[in-house]
Amino acid sequence: MSDKVSNLTETTFDEVVNGSAEPVVVDFWAEWCGPCKMVAPILDEIAEEQDGKVKVTKLNVDENPAVAQRFGVMSIPTMLVFRDGEVDRRIVGAKGKAQLMEELGL
Amino acid sequence: MPDLHEVVIIGSGPAGLTAAIYAARASLAPLVLEGEPSSTGDQPGGQLMLTTEVENYPGFPQGIMGPELMMQFKEQAVRFGAKAETVKASRVDLSERPFKVWVGDPDAPEPTYLAKSLIVATGAKSLMLGLPNEQPLIGHGVSTCATCDGFFFRDQDIAVVGGGDSAIEEATFLTKFASSVTIIHRRDELRASKIMQDRAFANEKIRFMWNTEVTEIVGTDRVEGLKVMNNETNEAGDLAVTGLFVAIGHRPNTDLFAGQLAMKDNGYLVTHAPSTYTSVEGVFGCGDVQDDVYRQAITSAGSGCAAAIDAERWLEAQEDAGH
Repeated sequence: MSDKVSNLTETTFDEVVNGSAEPVVVDFWAEWCGPCKMVAPILDEIAEEQDGKVKVTKLNVDENPAVAQRFGVMSIPTMLVFRDGEVDRRIVGAKGKAQLMEELGL
Repeated sequence: MPDLHEVVIIGSGPAGLTAAIYAARASLAPLVLEGEPSSTGDQPGGQLMLTTEVENYPGFPQGIMGPELMMQFKEQAVRFGAKAETVKASRVDLSERPFKVWVGDPDAPEPTYLAKSLIVATGAKSLMLGLPNEQPLIGHGVSTCATCDGFFFRDQDIAVVGGGDSAIEEATFLTKFASSVTIIHRRDELRASKIMQDRAFANEKIRFMWNTEVTEIVGTDRVEGLKVMNNETNEAGDLAVTGLFVAIGHRPNTDLFAGQLAMKDNGYLVTHAPSTYTSVEGVFGCGDVQDDVYRQAITSAGSGCAAAIDAERWLEAQEDAGH
């Protein structure tokens, strides 16, 4: 995992998402999800390339089910983009890099 | 000019990666176009990326997780010199040799790769019901991946549509989370293997709706229920479920080769068994893209091996003939 990507938890979630000047991408994932594994390296690349423009984070739904529930996540990978603490975009399912960038609005 | 490769392999499921292992060991330095991530079976690693425990792949007496198995396939191919690119072929031109393969913009004047031989291992992807509400509700109760999404249906009532091995496997897996799983099947018996059937019939959480088809997915923001109809009595009914998992079969990924490679009426590639030769000399087909009979990881791997050996021998014969 890129060191530009941080792991969120139930306790750190609000602080990070609300307190960020840049948009925050939250990748909802779990160990048992095959497509999540394929999308992870792409998000790593995006985090490196877009450093300073966007903050890429991950949230393990197994360990933090309440956050997933709060945002109605019923499928992973789901990527939510937060702007000023509000959900701005919602991407469901793994995608290739070009499509993911487009859907993330990058 | 784009690079010329001895062998380009399109696809990275058991067939594509086995072909890569064999071609790499034959010092052909194969290039694998492994596809792009998606939450359907059409992605790097193929359909096994969406499964949990694989219990019938020889050599793993305790079973192995599908994604884990595919990671190991890839590691083995890379170890012998195969190169994998996480890209999806967007166009091929098989009208002359070397074959041309495009990635990205299919209208680009120059192809991305040139290939002396091509191994097609693009697999198959799951069919959807084609109901109006289905696509918008993916991720909101409609799922294409039980292993990804089962977790979110803890203590809920859900439905699985289908009657083959993948439907029964998904239903059985989903009982780990759901309070009930209703299998909706349009026939009055299952196509799944005996062992899967026995397991499902013995599972108290699994119910069956026979001779039944889903006519509507109810819900706007999320799945609230299904409208169903018995196809014998035409009796309509409602089923209160919050999740719908679709496992009604597969379609081969052959759109890329339309008009260029011979296909059967059902879209599967024609190969000349027992070889993997397709209708174009130098193009070999293996795995689910050409198999509408067995469709197993092990049969795919077997035909991937055959395709690599066929390609290797064909390339040698070309050299000997002075091409």
